[in-house]
Order: sequence, then structure tokens, then C-alpha cells
Amino acid sequence: MSNVPADLKYAKSHEWVRVTGDIATVGVSDHAQQELTDVVFVELPAVGRALKAGEACAVVESVKTASDLYAPVSGEVVAVNPDVVADPARVNRDPYGGGWFFQIRLTRPEELTSLLDAAAYRAQIGSA
Amino acid sequence: MLQRTPLFAAHQRSQARFVTFGGWELPVHFTSIVEEHLAVRRAAGLFDISHMGEFLVTGPGAGDFLNHALTNDVARLAPGQGQYTLLCNARGGVVDDLYLYRLKPDDYLLIVNAARIPADWEWLQAQVDHAPTPGAFKLRNASAEHGAVAVQGPRVAEFMDRVIPGGSIGGALAPRVTALQKNQIGGFVFRGGSLWVARTGYTGEDGFEVFAPADMIEAVWERMLEVGAAHGLQPAGLGARDTLRTEMGYPLYGHELSEDLTPLEAGLGAFVSFDKGEFLGRQPLVTQKTFGVARRCVAFRVTERSAPPRPGYPICRPGPERDRLGMVVSGTQSPSLGVGIGMGYVGVDFAKPGQALTILIRGQAAPAVVVRSPSTSRAGRERRPRPPRQNRVDQGSES
Repeated sequence: MSNVPADLKYAKSHEWVRVTGDIATVGVSDHAQQELTDVVFVELPAVGRALKAGEACAVVESVKTASDLYAPVSGEVVAVNPDVVADPARVNRDPYGGGWFFQIRLTRPEELTSLLDAAAYRAQIGSA
Repeated sequence: MLQRTPLFAAHQRSQARFVTFGGWELPVHFTSIVEEHLAVRRAAGLFDISHMGEFLVTGPGAGDFLNHALTNDVARLAPGQGQYTLLCNARGGVVDDLYLYRLKPDDYLLIVNAARIPADWEWLQAQVDHAPTPGAFKLRNASAEHGAVAVQGPRVAEFMDRVIPGGSIGGALAPRVTALQKNQIGGFVFRGGSLWVARTGYTGEDGFEVFAPADMIEAVWERMLEVGAAHGLQPAGLGARDTLRTEMGYPLYGHELSEDLTPLEAGLGAFVSFDKGEFLGRQPLVTQKTFGVARRCVAFRVTERSAPPRPGYPICRPGPERDRLGMVVSGTQSPSLGVGIGMGYVGVDFAKPGQALTILIRGQAAPAVVVRSPSTSRAGRERRPRPPRQNRVDQGSES
């Protein structure tokens, strides 16, 4: 069964968001990494890029398939995780920790309310 | 409507993830593709290959019919031996690639690709009247009656004699299963029923393929896992099957092979016997052999860190112009080497090992180099290639 931490917000497209002040950290959920398996390549947005919610902004590739990652909320990219680029298997090992993708400074914090909470995301992926 | 193999319920119990392949619902992996791939390279893996088709050709005219229909020389097969071969159309294009086994002097078994069963069957039936002795053999599609598994890896020989005990009762004479030589096939008894075991595979490792009545195959599968577990055996899915065969440069129908590509273009000339007499597609293949092919299938390795190459990506000439040379037909991240590998078609001028290429991976240029692969080298599949190792960069350097 997938791990769905209660303190995070989730997008329907399987990204998670951790909010600290006006900074949102983004990664992919445990469920998503289980579906992907064997992540071998991660491509991240450039620092400074302005993202709109729902915009394709990163790519995660496993042996099996290539998947786009969508910005769960709007904002400017202020940091990316170089360790996940160097060692993409971090996404499989530690999706909510060392496998984070990027951080954005929120420009429309009200968008956070349209994200799923843990219970709603758990219901979406059919995980008890 | 998707078809399911006799092992579907067993796969569900093993928590397999499923994928659609050639009209079948098959496991793509049980744990992960990389884990299963490495298990096959280091120990052993067990694959459900029940989706593959089985045709039986029997009777005194069977050998002549098959030698006229297929590219390799059937006359070289003694009873109990098998060979890789191709079925071509009149243009020399590949209808299918398959394994042909001579079970008895006048009994032959063809193992064909699942997605090609209807096309093969139709084409073979259309050839019956053109056979040297049309009334002297029978052709039967026995695909639905059979299940099959492949057990592959360097440790397989440690436990196979315990899975299927006893000597052969048909085909190659073998006092025990592991006495079978590469490409030999023997009939054996398993729990009172009979099945065929061939020492072949699609991974580049030592191993066996077992063809059994559909209602026996689950017992074979379970027994393999029971006995093999202590030797590192684990179930493996189509994902690992594909990465393993791609590392070896083995073709997969629909990728390296199609009705518009010939065995010579695919680098499979070693399996076309030009001196055996007339066969389907011979004339255009002779012409191609005489004047040379214009395009060729090559194996390549990406030389810098990149996303995995995938089928459909353009292959270009290195340099800023990026002139298009061809297209990737198979591609993945090699679990053994940790780099992108694949196969693709390019003009012959760009097909030599060492040739630099550019693969366009989602618009980004990744440098790559043409490498020798075991199946595109002269030795071909007739001898067992050694598997690639982590520390060896050129996967085919010894061939």
C-alpha cells in the first residue's frame, strides 16, 4: 500500500506539495513512484522560471516509461534538487524526502485550496 | 477482448503489474524491471511465454514444405534440434521470426510471435499448395492448447534437473534435462504428463523454454519457483524480457522486423540459407545480397548521461545540422550498463561499429555510438553470447 503523509497536499496528477511560508516544495507521490518503478532520469525546470498551475514543467523517466510532471500551483522556481538529477533512484527510495524535485515561491497561494488533502488523494488512488 | 494465459491467476496472486502486448494481458513486472533484469543476469528469472504461438507440421513432406517456406536450412536439423529462422513474403520482407524444432524425423514444432499468429497461419496455409509435396504433410495451429515458460540465467542449470527429473523420452537423447545442448529439444515426463524442453532463450543467458499442455503449465511454474527460489530464481515480466533482449541486440517483431524490412537489412543474413534451393523471398534477397542493402539495423549505446532512448526517436548525423539518418526502433536504459542503449535503422554508410550518431531524445541531442551486438555480428545466435557486465563499456566487443 502506498504511503500518503497527512501533512501534504496532492495534485490529481500525483505530485505532492509541502508548504512552508510562501515556499512550496514539490515531488511525486509514493503511489506514482510505485507505478513508474526504476526511475532513471529526471529533468527539472530552470531556477527563475515562472510556472502556471497545471503547466508541464519536469520529466521523470523510468525504464518503463516517460512521464510529465505538472506544476501543482503557480509560482517562480527558486530551487531545484541536484541530488535527484544525479541519483534519480532517490524518487523510488525516498519520494517525500531526498526525492523532492523543486521549490517554488507561491504567486497565487489561494490555489492551494484546490489541491487534494491526504484523505481525498488516498481515495483517488484507491489506497486504504 | 484481451487474451489471458493459463498463468494469469498465478500472476495475480504474485501481485504482478500487467501490460497489454500483442493482444494479451501479461505481467510487465512483479517487483521492478531492473530487479528482475539483474536477477536473470546474476541468478535466474522465470517468464510466462504462453502467449507465443505453436504450430505443428507433420508428415513425410513436412521438412520439404518448411524448407521452402522458411529462410534457414531445415535439412541441417537432426531430430531433437532447433534453429532460429524467418518466414518471408514474396518481397523478402519478414512475416515473422521464429524458432523451428525438429521433434521427430517428420514432426516439426514452430514457436511464433503472439501478435503474428494469424498472419503466419494465413501465409503458411497459402503456401501449402506451392509445397514440393502438398499432400504429404499436415499443418496445425496448436497455440490455444499450449502454455509455455522460459527459465533463464546462469544458475538455472543448478536446479532444472530437480524441477523436471528423469531422462528424455523423445527428441534429443538426454539422460537429464541439463544434458540438453544449446538449441536441443527433448520430450520429458513431469508428474505423469509429457512436455517439451528446449535449451534456448531470448535473454543471452543459459536457460530453457518449456512447452506443455495448457493445463500442466501452472504446476510447472509453481514447481520452478519452489525449487529455484534457493538459487535466486524469481518471476520476471515482459519489461525485463525486453531490456534483456535489447542488451543482446535480439530483434523483436514490430520493432526491428516488419513485412517491409528484410532479414539482410535486419542483420540476420546468417539465418538465410542461399544455397539450399528455392524458398519464399529468395529472389529479392539474392538481389539484395548481390548489390548490398541500403539501410541496416544497428545497435547503439548512448555515450553521455541522458534520458533513455525510445522507439520513434530520430537518429541523426552528429553535428549542428542534425541531418536525419533514421529512427530508433528499440531503446531503453540498460540495467546492466546504466546507460541508454537501443537499435535503429540507418543508411549503410553509418552502420559500422564505432560510427558516431546523435539520438534526438525529446528534442535534445544525445551522443551515441554504433556497437557490435551479438546478434548482428557474424557469429549470430548460433553460439551463446556472454552477457554484458557493468564494467564493460562495449557490450559486444568480444564477438
